[in-house]
Amino acid sequence: MKIAIASGKGGTGKTTIAASLARSLISFGDVWYVDCDVEAPNGHLFLNPDLKQQTRAVVRIPQIEKEKCTACGKCVEVCQFHALAKVGKTILVFPQLCHGCGSCTWNCPENAIVEVPNPIGLLERGRTDDGIEFARGVLTISEPMPTPIIRQLKKIIDPCEKATVIFDSPPGASCSVVESLRGADFALLVTEPTPFGLHDLKQILGIVDDMHIPAGVVVNRVGIGNEEVDAYLADKNIPVLLRVPFSKELATGIAAGKNLIEILPEYQQQLQNVFQKITSLVHGERS
Amino acid sequence: MTDLKVRAKQLIILSGKGGTGKTSLGAAFAHLSNQPEYGLKTVFVDADVDAANLSLVLLPETGEPKAFWGGSLAEIDPVKCTGCGACIPVCRYDAIFPDSQNSLVNWVDPVACDGCAACVYACPKGAITMVPQQEGNWYHSMTPYGALFHAELFPGRENSGKLVTLVKQQARLHAEDTLAPLVIIDGPPGIGCPVISACAGADLGLVVTEPSLAGLHDMKRVLGTLQHFRVPAVICINKADIFPEGASQIKEYALSEGFEIIGQVPFDESIPQAMLQGLPVMAFNPDSIASRAIKFIWEGTLAQLFGIREH
Repeated sequence: MKIAIASGKGGTGKTTIAASLARSLISFGDVWYVDCDVEAPNGHLFLNPDLKQQTRAVVRIPQIEKEKCTACGKCVEVCQFHALAKVGKTILVFPQLCHGCGSCTWNCPENAIVEVPNPIGLLERGRTDDGIEFARGVLTISEPMPTPIIRQLKKIIDPCEKATVIFDSPPGASCSVVESLRGADFALLVTEPTPFGLHDLKQILGIVDDMHIPAGVVVNRVGIGNEEVDAYLADKNIPVLLRVPFSKELATGIAAGKNLIEILPEYQQQLQNVFQKITSLVHGERS
Repeated sequence: MTDLKVRAKQLIILSGKGGTGKTSLGAAFAHLSNQPEYGLKTVFVDADVDAANLSLVLLPETGEPKAFWGGSLAEIDPVKCTGCGACIPVCRYDAIFPDSQNSLVNWVDPVACDGCAACVYACPKGAITMVPQQEGNWYHSMTPYGALFHAELFPGRENSGKLVTLVKQQARLHAEDTLAPLVIIDGPPGIGCPVISACAGADLGLVVTEPSLAGLHDMKRVLGTLQHFRVPAVICINKADIFPEGASQIKEYALSEGFEIIGQVPFDESIPQAMLQGLPVMAFNPDSIASRAIKFIWEGTLAQLFGIREH
């Protein structure tokens, strides 16, 4: 079972829910927590993994072999991202614009392009004390593209069939969220009952709908807002799987890097119930 | 010689971590900029184009939607396609599959397609074309506080920063035309493409953080980003009293790295309450603790941007 945690609006509690859900499931079998928020990864602050393995996340960028290049400009023509330019008799490469698609390499009539790895971040793997398999990507500061790191991150994990895998997605509703949701069996959307929460929840619901991923919602900080999120979800027939009330006790505990179960042990059972509901919703979807 | 116009100052509000209060602070600044004691004509930008919320509290008369055309995606003409599969190995995004209805034809998954066009060049039958995509709309709207440039990326589309650059560019031109001395940009979370686009050309970055381990961690990353692009930065701590130990850690970090803490806003229910009313907190309750703290931050920000002003 692969569950993606997403939200639209930032700061609604994705990582709190993702880390707490992972913790609640360790007695059920293998659990993976995968931090796909590579721009602002915070899962390690809640789960304290021992990050033993580290590899570089790279984009394969073109390198022009000058002795073969005739500066015909074919590579510049085929590149959709303006990552190559012809200046006089020289082809220039702009690594930060390159998506690593390989089109220039295949289309060079002189075979004058080789691809070299351009590091844009890190991929890290490890385990927590209580046995959660942990993986995350970290985008290097000043690098623009998170999506290739998320794609590579998903390739380095090797969960068994029966494992539960939790993808902690970035905020927003753009391409990096889509990449985080790819392959998920279920999307657990964390929102707050405010106009901002509702507006951005609609955006993320648009994505999961397009991707045909069944979804349920966690309403966090119940009490700070109004009833409009509930009314909207009831109208759209989207299940609310958990409500977490706002309290200073929770806010302070989460700020200190505690998960819900560490602050209030009853969340263990509540989160296991959420998982059971997800399981039945996914199997219901398939039958 | 072209006439020399005074370039508006650009303030970018960032945070790294989402939900720390960028938009609530930006909206409060909008209200303050209109107060007679400041009377600072300001143009506003919502650069968080995939979760755009500033208009929910500035309540503009929304302008006509203008189409934003981003990149193109590959489409296979099923009549020309013979299903030879030459396109499949060149696609590094695993976006091309045999059609489930007709195995002699291939199909491009638009969600997975990156728009690189490698398949177009690999197809021996010329069956693949790149089709430009409308990826969102942008708006020039009018709020009670001044012009607002904002946008709406369609869900799931590529946020390459081009749409952010476009709305910022429009705002800058509008500020020039209307002689507005200040542009306030409500930035996106994170540190990637849209943030980099939003910081370009900014005169000051105001980083809104919260006293949590996550807030501190992500604040360091966004400060690093601003430093890389040579944008001076100051820090504001929101919900400062929720975890005093966290607030101390932020202050220690700021001190050791030479960043100024420009102010602190305590946790105050008037902020979510104002949001529910669709109002900046200053308009909802100008005497609340949060409003008074934000006014102090606003004055500090103006001093940073324009130098100390004489009255």
